[in-house]
Amino acid sequence: MIVAEPKPVSEILDMVKDAGRVLIVGCKGCVTVCNVGGAKEAAVLASTLRIARRNDKSFIADSHTLERQCDPEYINELEELIESYDAVVSLACGVGPQFIAERYPSTRVYPGVNTRFMGGAVEHGVWSERCAGCGTCVVHYFGGVCPIARCSKSLMNGPCGGSTNGKCEISKDVDCIWDIIVKKMMEQQRTDELIEFKPPKSWVTARDGGPRKMIKEELVK
Amino acid sequence: MNEFSPKIVAFCCSNCASAAAGIAGRTGMNLPPNVSVVRVPCTGRIEILHLLKPFEEGADGVYVAGCQEDSCRYITGVVKAAKRVAHVKKILEEIGLEPERIELFNTSAASGRSFVQTAVEMTDRLQAIGPVSTDVNQNFERGAQS
Repeated sequence: MIVAEPKPVSEILDMVKDAGRVLIVGCKGCVTVCNVGGAKEAAVLASTLRIARRNDKSFIADSHTLERQCDPEYINELEELIESYDAVVSLACGVGPQFIAERYPSTRVYPGVNTRFMGGAVEHGVWSERCAGCGTCVVHYFGGVCPIARCSKSLMNGPCGGSTNGKCEISKDVDCIWDIIVKKMMEQQRTDELIEFKPPKSWVTARDGGPRKMIKEELVK
Repeated sequence: MNEFSPKIVAFCCSNCASAAAGIAGRTGMNLPPNVSVVRVPCTGRIEILHLLKPFEEGADGVYVAGCQEDSCRYITGVVKAAKRVAHVKKILEEIGLEPERIELFNTSAASGRSFVQTAVEMTDRLQAIGPVSTDVNQNFERGAQS
């Protein structure tokens, strides 16, 4: 899932300070699963804004949650609703506010969360990065572990000299993923594969190649 | 003399706090009239939105009266409630309200006196803090200062 975290309420309050009617739009996708932008969180933010702006008797903050904010058909659902508001705060990942802004060009749209990374839940309430979206997946070379997303240096031929007792030199709280890769490859008796030199990775398929697009011809009308 | 009577909403666990309330009632101790009780099956069910709603409706303070941590009927209910209360404290702080306006108290089912004492303590605390500033209350404060 795409993992996000809430923006500080003070930042959101500042964004909508000139708006008298604010619509908080939640998303039932990734941000619901990581508990930052679903129906519950949208209702909590609307309530928080109403308390913060309690002295403005005409202030309105409502919430509405869409199935997803990364598909135009769900964004269309806001058509009748959105005209009643001065500002929209999207609690989806960075895709959501852009899709809403594209569909409703005259509406002021603000992001209510900071999008962090692609990852998963490692325990209840804790999410960890697993994918960097580099565009050419290599996890199968490394025992099912991604050094691009999980090594601080994205090393293809690790570990580096900063690995100490299984921890990365950047922080004692960060596992050295190359320590884990080596242990996994040992378990699978595949250490000989790690001896093979992995050539420098091409980053053309990653963000370095510019904004990306995917086309599935069989689906295009 | 402070005439301000804070409006308080108390979310009370039906296992411990309500039993304590029963004991308090039988011994002639009553909650202050400014405290409205919302009885819940377990404090672990109380959502962040439930804790915010009273402030929207004009309450000056909110508290949760739950079990002792080692005697929650549903094991971790009161621990969850404590985390949510802590989260609401942060929200209140972010929007310029005093985090002390919300609190969680661990209550024993056998202690009617402490159940009532909690309500009195919260009332005293909120009287010291003052009302949630609304237009009316700001005028009240200005009047009091002049």
